[in-house]
Amino acid sequence: MTDRGILFWLPPKPADFAARLTAAQASDGPLAPALKALANHALDINGLNRLAKALRKARGEGRSLRPLTPFRLGVLSNSTTALIAPALEATALRYGLALEVVEAPFGQIVQEALDPEGLLATSELDAVLIAVDVYGAPLRETPGDADAAEATLAGALGQFDLVRDGLRANTRATLIWQTLPRLPETLFGSYDFRLPGTSRWLVDQLNRRLADSLPGDELLVDIAGLAETLGLDRWHDPVLRNIGKLPFAQEFAPVYAEHVARVIGALRGKSRKALVLDLDNTVWGGIIGDDGLEGIVIGQGSALGEAHLSVQQGALDLHGRGVVLAVSSKNEDETARTPFRQHADMLLKEDHIAVFQANWIDKATNLATIADALTLGRDALVFLDDNPAERMQVRSEHPEIAVPELPADAAFYARALNAGGYFEAVAFSDDDRNRSGFYKENARRLQLQGSAGSLDAYHASLEMVATFQPFDAVGRARISQLINKSNQFNLTTRRYTEAQVGEMEADAGRFTLQARLADVFGDNGMISVVVADRGADAWEIDTWLMSCRVLGRRMEEAVLAELVRAAKAAGAKALVGRFIPSDKNMMVAKHYEKLGFEKIAETDEGETVWRLALEGVADRTLPMQIVRPAAVGA
Amino acid sequence: MSQTEIYEKLTDVFRDVFDDEDLTPTAEMTADDVEEWDSLSHIRLMLSVEKAFGVRFSTVELGGLKSVGDLAGLVESKLNGAG
Repeated sequence: MTDRGILFWLPPKPADFAARLTAAQASDGPLAPALKALANHALDINGLNRLAKALRKARGEGRSLRPLTPFRLGVLSNSTTALIAPALEATALRYGLALEVVEAPFGQIVQEALDPEGLLATSELDAVLIAVDVYGAPLRETPGDADAAEATLAGALGQFDLVRDGLRANTRATLIWQTLPRLPETLFGSYDFRLPGTSRWLVDQLNRRLADSLPGDELLVDIAGLAETLGLDRWHDPVLRNIGKLPFAQEFAPVYAEHVARVIGALRGKSRKALVLDLDNTVWGGIIGDDGLEGIVIGQGSALGEAHLSVQQGALDLHGRGVVLAVSSKNEDETARTPFRQHADMLLKEDHIAVFQANWIDKATNLATIADALTLGRDALVFLDDNPAERMQVRSEHPEIAVPELPADAAFYARALNAGGYFEAVAFSDDDRNRSGFYKENARRLQLQGSAGSLDAYHASLEMVATFQPFDAVGRARISQLINKSNQFNLTTRRYTEAQVGEMEADAGRFTLQARLADVFGDNGMISVVVADRGADAWEIDTWLMSCRVLGRRMEEAVLAELVRAAKAAGAKALVGRFIPSDKNMMVAKHYEKLGFEKIAETDEGETVWRLALEGVADRTLPMQIVRPAAVGA
Repeated sequence: MSQTEIYEKLTDVFRDVFDDEDLTPTAEMTADDVEEWDSLSHIRLMLSVEKAFGVRFSTVELGGLKSVGDLAGLVESKLNGAG
C-alpha cells in the first residue's frame, strides 16, 4: 500500500493504458496532454518505456508537443543507462517536460566531459546528469589508514572537478550530480562506520564533501538517500549488475526517474506552491459538523489523533518553508473554523491558512477559486483529501492539480504527501520563508461559479446505484444510529430509540425509507433515512436525514422522487416538510425551497413548514440507477 | 498453473514489454523472431516475468534460456516447486 518503489501516491496504471496510448497517437488532437495524463499514474518500467516510445515517435515525426517545455538532458554514467533513459523521458512528462535524453557512451565519463567535439559538447544540452555510483568512483579501500583515505577522497573529488571543468567549458548545461548509494556489504560490521578508509566511510565522506563543494548553480539528486529509504539490499541487485552492468535494481527505475525529474522540474519552475487541505477525516479524525468540537479526534493520547496531527505537522513544516496553505471543506464556514479557534490540540491555526473555503459547493470549483484567489495557476496546487470520490472529481476536472492517492490508514497521509515530492526545491531563500504571509494578505474570498455541465459528467462517471427500502430488521441498528447521530443534514433532528425504530417497521400509519448508495468506489452504505406520516390528504415528513459524504450527488432529489412516488400511489395530494433549526443543521435551512416546496408557515424560532403539491411534480432524470429490493425481515 | 494459463499470462507480459498488442508468444519463439527483443528489453522481460508470476530467476537460469518454451518451462517448474 505504501511502497515508495511503486509510486504509491499516484493512481494505479489504468487497465486500458495501451488502448489510450494508441488512441492518443492515432488522434489528430494535441498529443502532449494525453501523454501527460497517462504519465500521471504509477507506471512500471514497461509502461514508461511505451510512453517514451510514443514520445520519441512523435518527436521523430515532427509532431507538436506543446505545451510541454522542451529539455535536453545529457547522461554520463559508468553503468548501463539504456533502461533508465526511457524511464526519465516518460517520467518528465509528469512535470510538463518534453525531455530528450542524450546518452554518452557508458564508462567514459572523464573523456566525454573533456572532449570539446564529443556528443555532450555538440548536443545543445540544457543539463547533464552525472550518474556515477560506487563502482564508477575511484574509492580504493584502506581500512584504518586515515591518510590514505583522505588522499583517496581528494582523488575522487579531483576527478569530479575534472568532469565539472570539462562540462562547464564545453557546454552551457546545468550540472546535476548524484550522491552515491553505499553498498550493503561491510568489512568488519558496525565498526566500518568509525574506521577511516572503509567503503562505508569513504562513500559517506564523498557524499558529504560533494554536496558541500557544489557551486550554487549546480544541482544534486540525493540518490543515496533514496536508496537507503528503499533499502540497500533491494537497491543493489547483484544478478542484474553481473548480467547487464545495470547500476541498480531496475524495478526502481520509475522511482529513480521520478526523483531526477523532480529536480529538473524544480529547476524549470514546475514545483507546486500551495497545499489545499480537506478538513474532516484529513486534518482531524471525524466530522466536525456531526461530532462537534469534543467529538473530533486530534492530538496526543490516541493513535488516530496522532496520525492526523502528523498531517498538520507536515503542512506546518511546508508552511515554514514558504508553501501556501489553503482549506477546501464541505462544511458551514463557522463550523469548519471552530477547531482552528478553539481546539487546544490543533497545530494549524487560522493564521496559517491563506484561503479558507468551507461551503457545500463541489471541490473542483472551490479549488479553482482558491487558485484564483492566490493568483496562482492550478498547476501550482496540491490537494489532500481522504475521500476518493472528491479526489477523482478534482482530477477529472483539473488534471493539472496534483492529488495524491491516500492509503486507507490516516497514519500514512503525511508520508504520501511527502513521498509525492510536490514541493521539490533546488534552493531556499528569505523570500521563500516569507512567501506564505504574502499570499495570505492578498487572498480574498471569491464568488464561486457553478459548473453544471462538468458536474453532469462527474455524476455519470460515478455510476451510482441507489437502493430504496422500507425500514426492516436488518437495517434497524444502523437506522437508529443515524437518527441519533446525524446533525448536519437533518431537517428535524428528532431522535428515536432502536425500539421505536422497530415499531415503525410495522406501523401502517408511517412511511419509512432507508436508502443506500453504491458507486464506482464501492458501497457508501446507508446514507439516508426518511420517516413520513401518511395523512389522507397530505404526508408530513417527520424525519429526513442524509449523510454529508454523498452531498452534491443529487441524492436529495432521488429521495424526494421516491417520496413523491409512494405518496402519489397512496392517493395523497401533497407533501409537507418541516425544518426545525438546531445549532448544527443550518446547511438544510433551504432544503425544501431548493426542492420546489412552498413555504406555508414560519415561527419566531425560525421553524419553517413547507408544502409540495404532488399534481404538478414532473419526473426528473437523475444520474443514478434505482433499485427496490423486496422487503426483508418484515 | 497449467501450460495454457502460463502462456496466457506470458502473452500479456510480452505485449507490454515489447509494446506490441498483436504479439503472441509460442514455444519455438526466440529473440530473433521479435524485432524489439534485444539484450536490454530482454532484461525488462525477465523482470516482468518474475513480477507477473511471483518467481525469481537465478544467474544460471537466466543464462540458459534460449526460447519462449524454455522460459515457460522454467516458470512452470518454479511454480510447481521443482525448480
